[in-house]
Amino acid sequence: MSPLVRVRDLVVAFGGRPAVRGVSFDVERGQVVALVGESGSGKSVTARSLLGLCGRGAVVEADELAFDGLDLRSLGERQWRGLRGRRVGLVAQDALGSLDPLRRVGAEVAEPLREHRIVDRVRPEVLRLLADAGVPEPEVRERQWSHQLSGGLRQRALIATALAARPELLIADEPTTALDATVQKQVLGLLRAKAAAGTALLLISHDLAVVADLADYVHVMKDGAVVEHGVPADVLTNPRHPYTRALLNAVPTAERRGRGLSGTIPALDQPDRRVPGRELITVTDVVKRYRVRGRPPITAAAGVSFTVRAGETLGIVGESGSGKSTVGRMLLGLVAPDSGAVEFDGVPWSARAGAERRAARRRIQMIYQDPLASFDPRYTGRQIVTEANPDPERVAELLRLVGLAESQVDRPARELSGGQRQRLAIARALAADPAVIVCDEPVSALDVSIQAQVLDVLVDAQRRLGVAYVFISHDLGVVHHIADRVLVMRDGAVVESGSATAVLAEPRHQYTKDLVAAVPGTVLRQAQSVLKPG
Amino acid sequence: MVTALDTPTPVRRVRIPRAGIAAALVVLAVVAIAALAPGLLTGVDPNHADLGATLRPPDWDHWFGTDQNGRDLFARVAHGAGASVLIGLGATGLALLGGIVIGTLAAQTGRWGDEIISRLLDVVLAVPGLLLVFLVAAVMGASGFTATIGLAVGTVPGFARVVRAEVLRVRASTYVEAAHGLGHPGPRVVLVHVVPNAVGPVFALATVSLGAMIVASSSLSFVGLGPKPPTAEWGAMLAAGRDLASVAWWPTVFPGVAITLTVLAVTVLGQHLQARFERRTV
Amino acid sequence: MTSLAIKSEPRRVSPAAVRVLRVVAVRLLGAVGVLVGAATATFFLIQAMPGSTTDVLLARTQASPAVRAQVIAEYRLDDSLFTQFFAYLGKLATGDFGTSFVLRRPVWDAIGTQLPRTLELVAATLVLTVVASVVLAVIGAGRRRWARSLFSGVEGLIVAVPPFWLGLVLLGVFSFSLHWFPAIGSSDFSGLVLPAIALAAHPVAVVTRVLREGLLRTLDEPFVLAARARGISEVALRARHVLRHAALPVTSLLGWITGSLIGGAVIIEIVFSRQGVGRLLLSAVQNKDMPLVIGVVLLAATVFVVVNALVDAAAWLLDPRTREH
Repeated sequence: MSPLVRVRDLVVAFGGRPAVRGVSFDVERGQVVALVGESGSGKSVTARSLLGLCGRGAVVEADELAFDGLDLRSLGERQWRGLRGRRVGLVAQDALGSLDPLRRVGAEVAEPLREHRIVDRVRPEVLRLLADAGVPEPEVRERQWSHQLSGGLRQRALIATALAARPELLIADEPTTALDATVQKQVLGLLRAKAAAGTALLLISHDLAVVADLADYVHVMKDGAVVEHGVPADVLTNPRHPYTRALLNAVPTAERRGRGLSGTIPALDQPDRRVPGRELITVTDVVKRYRVRGRPPITAAAGVSFTVRAGETLGIVGESGSGKSTVGRMLLGLVAPDSGAVEFDGVPWSARAGAERRAARRRIQMIYQDPLASFDPRYTGRQIVTEANPDPERVAELLRLVGLAESQVDRPARELSGGQRQRLAIARALAADPAVIVCDEPVSALDVSIQAQVLDVLVDAQRRLGVAYVFISHDLGVVHHIADRVLVMRDGAVVESGSATAVLAEPRHQYTKDLVAAVPGTVLRQAQSVLKPG
Repeated sequence: MVTALDTPTPVRRVRIPRAGIAAALVVLAVVAIAALAPGLLTGVDPNHADLGATLRPPDWDHWFGTDQNGRDLFARVAHGAGASVLIGLGATGLALLGGIVIGTLAAQTGRWGDEIISRLLDVVLAVPGLLLVFLVAAVMGASGFTATIGLAVGTVPGFARVVRAEVLRVRASTYVEAAHGLGHPGPRVVLVHVVPNAVGPVFALATVSLGAMIVASSSLSFVGLGPKPPTAEWGAMLAAGRDLASVAWWPTVFPGVAITLTVLAVTVLGQHLQARFERRTV
Repeated sequence: MTSLAIKSEPRRVSPAAVRVLRVVAVRLLGAVGVLVGAATATFFLIQAMPGSTTDVLLARTQASPAVRAQVIAEYRLDDSLFTQFFAYLGKLATGDFGTSFVLRRPVWDAIGTQLPRTLELVAATLVLTVVASVVLAVIGAGRRRWARSLFSGVEGLIVAVPPFWLGLVLLGVFSFSLHWFPAIGSSDFSGLVLPAIALAAHPVAVVTRVLREGLLRTLDEPFVLAARARGISEVALRARHVLRHAALPVTSLLGWITGSLIGGAVIIEIVFSRQGVGRLLLSAVQNKDMPLVIGVVLLAATVFVVVNALVDAAAWLLDPRTREH
């Protein structure tokens, strides 16, 4: 029997520029096949060619492009419509944007049912589909709008719309990006169950860890071509292509602590000689509540205490809404606690004012998730760093340290790539000669290879300059890689703290155990531990 | 009738070709010369009545023809630029000044100040554009001056709202927080980061609304609420031409073309500036 | 569709309906507040004008002592400013705009006789605007780049043309040269065509552009890809998903259109020598007939503010995302 999907030498070009160059793959019935790659690798376009929805101006050519023996190259619009939703379902990227915000969730799930006339009575089927996708209280949710659902529920509802007309193939494009780890685990579980029940799954992801856990077969894509393919265990333990190897090395995990991730800074493979210094920040029993009219107050900090020492990295992990960002902002004196104290250099922020407060502010810098928003839009890269330190030699030195070329810094910062912007933000933070830098999700928006470079720059700067980091992240792998000590936060409270290795390798608190268990990548970690460095 | 007061946020994503911008600059240069030194364009006295040459159609001697008093329409259109453009410029300038001051005040005076100023602006906004000018003209008498004041008063709330929103937006921005984090004193941060970034969009908006102001001011002159005759003014010239429309087309055509070209040029440049500004911030 | 209605529950007032009523009520209350503010402003405007308040209200006409006494009594002008103020507001609140001593008749009466002609023009313009914008936006939302540039260029040109001049040009071409339409002062339907076109030109250009860009922008949204991936047709896509999104920004334009029609109608009536409130207002301004000027201005403000309040509430209803607070 022929495979469900058969693609040979697929080329997709936009205005003469190819986005996909000669991709071939098969998907068998009931199989999970993954296309993995970074942004711009052409993985999404490849998948959409199976729906005839590559976008405006796309020219699709292939030696073979077949679904269940049906030649997709010669389909007319009407035939495509019979295929879409009915035989191939799509869970598109960005669940919030993929559900029409002006229509109720139930109407979205019902749409493919009506279009393809699947059932006579639509509503019971909608409720069944929502329940089947793990949406609790489907009668309530059906009447709501997508913005009223949490991220995880939205993703489940979107999966329900894609599965409504009972397709044989489900395409899931980054189905768990932007979800908390525990929710991600549930959604992946749902997809796995669907695959086990016989629906073939084409999974598109940037996340090697997710892919390795779920897929039967993996294709690694780079610049529109497949560079390597095989069974996950094989590809991950015995990568043949240098790109796959670099990608695997770039994933921050416990196994890669104390080593460079990107291979761009050789000094990182030298032994770590840092010695934690004196206490710089002392947080004592801080409480912070936010009140929104007509809703229960939100507790962002419920009696949090900890210290930060000179030259160390303190990781703060937690899911969204755990209060980790509020705590970070309290360290900078940007948010005043309702009670308790944040002392910097032995003096609480509440006791500092005027010039003294400003001088202290300089010594705690911040790096944001979106660096561009933290730059004055009128400034060039050099102006941004110069504002923090007027000495041109020091500025040039720091720009070299973070790996920005002279030719890149005299242009407006918005012309830089995401990774370069974050390097610039690091240079500005360092230019103020701070004792501490608070990093709030600094690498969450970056591709894994870029993330590796930025993390390496941070580690390198700390080793050279002795600056302390407070590293806030939802990503346990990143924190495990970079932090010396860790705080685990939930609902404004610290549930567990201690050395990173102790807390994350042998968690004692149930919540930490759940978090650690939710991290995908069992297969990947096993692979990394046997993988040769470099 | 679009007055600057009522103009909705100008639509984005308009890419203007280079040639269009060049043409707009040429038109504006000619209008500027006409407004500042009309003598450079024509040696003819706009108020010289040649009763032997009334209502002549356009020819080599009179490019735009003559009116019923035998006055040269080309000279009148050229000399009319001053009054027409001056009211628009004056009203936009006053509205910009008022908008920046009031908008900044609203953003900086805390909750109560903001609330009071915003409600007062609502009251002014309740009177649709041109009617406000009618009210001012009824109180102060009709003249170019009252037209300017009326248009400015009507436009201030719109500008003030934009300034207020911009100041609040920029003040809450991450880059202002980052500048404070570098230990710079508050006033320095306001001067270096908040003001330049908040005021930019307002100036771009002002260029676009300048066109609408010129349309509105010519409308007012047309109904007799602008500068007094015999001052040459495009709107007033059209009003005079209206009575001759059944016998002569040229008195109603050339001043209108002059207004349209001027407004078009101003709008094109305004949109170009706005697009440039948005590219910078996005 | 019937399956959706199967579930039968006892009818009761849903909390959603209560919330809707509350939102509308709050907006209207705000509108009343603004109008009281506007009325207050006109009171002080009268006070600030040179000459006695009596003279101002009489529009400096030669009035008999009896009439003067009547005005003084009516507005409590020999009382304290405080009492005068509430007497003034009280009169306005009961719909009494006073008397025009230039026209020698009550202000309401003068406006009332002219109002139907103006409303006729405004209604015709509104219909024209809605029909023309939707048709042009859908035609213009094609994929070809040159067509889009052409449309946006023409829109830009139209907005630069002063409506009163457009009126003059239309008069010159279609009335004086071609004699298709009556020149001036006609009161039948054919006399409505040219003024409505001149008045509708700007709103049509602006609404078309906003609607067209809304259509194009919405087609780039992720939920459009998701909807297409469900196999629905392009027509269903536009009807169920895209048009509603494109129409959202237009609702916020409705307030602007109302304002521009009220102001524009005044000028257009003068261009076409039509009877109407516009001409009434212009002569009142020239005669400094303050009761009449204020009457027209407050009436226009009332219409404008109420329309804006309703538009505000409508936007709240159309977009569930704005309903959270």
